Amino acid sequence: MKRQSYDGVAIVAPFSTPYQRYSIETAHWWIAAGLRGSLKAANLKPADLDGFTVSSFTLFPDTAVGLTQHLGLTPRWLDHIPMGGASGVVALRRAARAVQAGDADIIACASGDTNHIDSFRQLLSSFSRFAMDASYPYGYGGPNANFAFLTDRYMTEFGAAREDFGRICVAQRANALNSPNAVMKKPLTLDQYLNARPIADPIALFDCVMPCAGAECFLVMRVEEAEKRGLPYARLSAAIERHNAHPEDPIQLRGGWTMDIDEFYEMAGCGPEGVDLLQTYDDYPVISMMQIEDLGFCGKGEGPVFIRDKDMTTNGDFPHNTSGGQLSGGQAGAAGGFIGLVEAIRQVLGQADATQVANAKRALVSGFGMINYDRGVCSAAAMLEAS
Amino acid sequence: MTTPLTPPPKKDPQKRTVSPTRPPEMRSRAALGLTAAAADGRFQLQQCAECGKVQYPPRDACAGCLSPDLPWTDVSPAGELIAETTVRTSTKLYFRERTPWRAGSVKLDAGPTIIAHVHGDVARGARVSLLNRLDRSGQGVLLAVPLERTPDMEDDPQMRALSSDPKHRRVLITDAKNPNAPALAEALAAAGSPIIFVAEPEAWLPYPGRERLLAVPGVEILPMDVTDTASVQKLAGEIGGKVDILINNARFVRPGGVLARGDTTFAREEMEVNYLGLMRLAQSFGPGMCSRTADGVNSAAAWVNILSVNALATTPDYGCFAASNAAAFSLSQSLRAEYRSSGLRVMNVFVGPTEDDWHQPLPPPKVLPEGLAKDVLRGLKEGLEDVYSGDVAKDLYERYRRDPKVLEREITMGNEGA
Repeated sequence: MKRQSYDGVAIVAPFSTPYQRYSIETAHWWIAAGLRGSLKAANLKPADLDGFTVSSFTLFPDTAVGLTQHLGLTPRWLDHIPMGGASGVVALRRAARAVQAGDADIIACASGDTNHIDSFRQLLSSFSRFAMDASYPYGYGGPNANFAFLTDRYMTEFGAAREDFGRICVAQRANALNSPNAVMKKPLTLDQYLNARPIADPIALFDCVMPCAGAECFLVMRVEEAEKRGLPYARLSAAIERHNAHPEDPIQLRGGWTMDIDEFYEMAGCGPEGVDLLQTYDDYPVISMMQIEDLGFCGKGEGPVFIRDKDMTTNGDFPHNTSGGQLSGGQAGAAGGFIGLVEAIRQVLGQADATQVANAKRALVSGFGMINYDRGVCSAAAMLEAS
Repeated sequence: MTTPLTPPPKKDPQKRTVSPTRPPEMRSRAALGLTAAAADGRFQLQQCAECGKVQYPPRDACAGCLSPDLPWTDVSPAGELIAETTVRTSTKLYFRERTPWRAGSVKLDAGPTIIAHVHGDVARGARVSLLNRLDRSGQGVLLAVPLERTPDMEDDPQMRALSSDPKHRRVLITDAKNPNAPALAEALAAAGSPIIFVAEPEAWLPYPGRERLLAVPGVEILPMDVTDTASVQKLAGEIGGKVDILINNARFVRPGGVLARGDTTFAREEMEVNYLGLMRLAQSFGPGMCSRTADGVNSAAAWVNILSVNALATTPDYGCFAASNAAAFSLSQSLRAEYRSSGLRVMNVFVGPTEDDWHQPLPPPKVLPEGLAKDVLRGLKEGLEDVYSGDVAKDLYERYRRDPKVLEREITMGNEGA
C-alpha cells in the first residue's frame, strides 16, 4: 500500500534555547525550557497540550512518562523516541499521523539534554550493548573513532580529501556566525580546519561536534487548529524513516535513505532540484556528504566534486545547515536530532532572521542516528513546505 | 616495524609509581563467551547452529534466522583491514594514557565486520589475522596482526599489554627443590627475563638441581618456605617490589584417597603447602604486585599457579592431594577476581601426572619439566588464564567441558573394591 499523504498537518512554534558548553542544570530543566519556549510562541498553556513526545539521552532514570508528572502534563498521546539524530524527523512523522487520526489535537515534540563535566564519558559507557561489548573496549574513541573508520573508508573508496570535508565545516561556521544561539562564535578558515589538532585520524578537531546543553521544540497540530489560533505553520509533504538498512555492507558508505528515496520524492511532488535548502545531520562532515549523495543531489561518491563549486552558506546556491548545524552550533545530545528540523521550520515560516534563506519555500531535513556498533542505524528525512 | 623494547632503567624510588588504570570491563553475558575463549587461547565466534551465520558482536538470537542456538565455534581468524584510525584522545583514562592507539575495522572472511585493536606492523588495507586475547580488565578483545610473523612483534605496545611476556620482567619461582624449577628458570631466562629469584625452603638440606639452577643466567636463590609465614613476609619485604611475575611452584604430593590413609597428617601438609601456601604468598606479594601493574616495561603482569588437573575432577589414587588442589583452584578464582581491578592476571597451569617419584606408579604419558616450562611460557606470552599442560591434562579438560558428571564416573570406574 502506498503511504498516505500528510495533508492537513501543521508544524508550528519552532523554538531553540541558546546552547551552553557545560550546564549544572538537568535534562528535565532544559526540556522544560524548550517546551516553554514553543508554548509561549504559540500562546498556549501546558494544559492545552494533549500529546507529547520527547527525545533525550540524559533523562535517566526518567522517560517521557516521568516527564508528564514532572512537567504537569496530561497527554492522551505520549511517545519517547530514542533515535538520536533521527529523533526529530521521526517525532514529526508520528505526531503528524496522530493529529491526522485525531488521537491528539496539539502535540509538543521536545528534545533536550544537559552536559555536565564528565557526562559525555558516562553517556558513552552506557550507550548501547554492542558498543559496550564490541567498540568501546577498542580505544574508547567514542563516535570519533567510529566516524574515523567511515571517513577513512570513504576517502579510500572515492578518493576524497580532507579539504572536501573541510568545505562543509567552513561554510557552516560562516552560517553559525549569523546564528545567535550557536556555541561557535569565531570564523573558521580551511587552513585552520586542515591544521587542527588530530583527534582520531583522519578526523581532526573541526570534524567533531562540541557536546553541550540545550533544547529544541516544535508543535504539531491540524491545519484548522493552527488557523483557528492564528499561528503561522509549515506543511509536511513527505517523510521516511529506515533502520538498520544494508546490514550486509561491510562498512557504512550509504544510509537507509537509499531504500526509500524514490517514494520520498514522489510523495513530495518534486525532486532534489526543487529543494530550496537542505539540513543534514552533521555530527561529522562525512555523514553530511553521505546524505547529500543518498538524498539524490549527486551520485554515490560524487559528493566531493558536487560541493566543490557550490556555496553552502545561507546566501549561496546550495544553502546547507543554515544555523551552523551541530558542527558550529553545538550538539545538545538528542536535540542534535532536532536542530536542523527546527531551523528548517523557521526557514519556511520566514522566521530565521539573520540566517534566513531568501524565498525558502521548501526545505529538506534529514536525520541520522545511533552508532549502535559500527554504523548509524537510524535514518530519516522530511520535506517541509511553506503554507 | 616494531621497535624492540629496551631493558628498563633502574627504578627511581623518588618518582611516583603510575597508578594502574583499566580498559572498559563491562560486558553483556553473551560477550563473555569471547572472554572464555580468550582465557585458554581460542579464537571463536558465535555461529548459528541452524543457519550457520557467524555473528558479531555477540548476540542472544541469530541476526539471520532468530535462532537462540549460537554456540561459540572455531572460525577462521583471517580478514581484511578495511578502515582504520589512530585514536589520539580518549575519554577513558587507560587509553588516554596510551595514545596514539590504532584501531581498525576488519572484514572477516567468515562474514562479520569486527572492530579490533591493530598491531603496528599491519599495513593499511592489509590481510590480517585476529587474535583473541585478554586485556588488562581480563576481558577478551581482538587484535589484528599481520598474517606472517614480523620481527619483535611481541614488543608492540598493544600486543604486549595483552600478554604477560617475561621479556625484561623479573620472576619469582617458589620452591627451588621442585624438579620443575631448573627447567622453568632456563625457559624464563631464554625468554628474556633478566632476574629470576628462586625461593629455597630448608636450605640446609641438599637437593638435586641446585647446581643446574645456579648455572642459569639471572638466577638468585633466596630462602623462603611457603609454609612459614614469617619467611614469606620477609622475602616479600626484600624483593616484593621487584617481582613482576610470580610462579607458585610449591607442591606437596602423597598418594591415596581418604581410606587409604590412616589419619589427616599428610592432608594437613598438603593443605599447608598447596592451599595455605598460595594464600600466604598472595597476602604477602599480591598487594605490591597489584600496585605495580602500570610500572613501565617491567610492570607486574602475572601470577601463576601450577595445579594438578585433578583439581577439576579427582581420582582416588591421589584423592587427598587432588582435594588440596581443588581448594587452591577455588582460592585462585577468588584471587583472580580480587586482582582484576589492578590488571594483574592469574594464570592457572593444570598439569597431568608429572615425571617424578610420587607419580612413579602411574602409566605414561607424564609431563616432563621441560614440557611444563614450555607451556608456562606459552601461557605467559599469550596472556592466558588457563593452560592445560600435557596430554592427560588436555584430555581431562576436554572431558570436563563435555560433562563433569560423566567425567567423575569414568575417571573413578574400575576399582573393584570389596
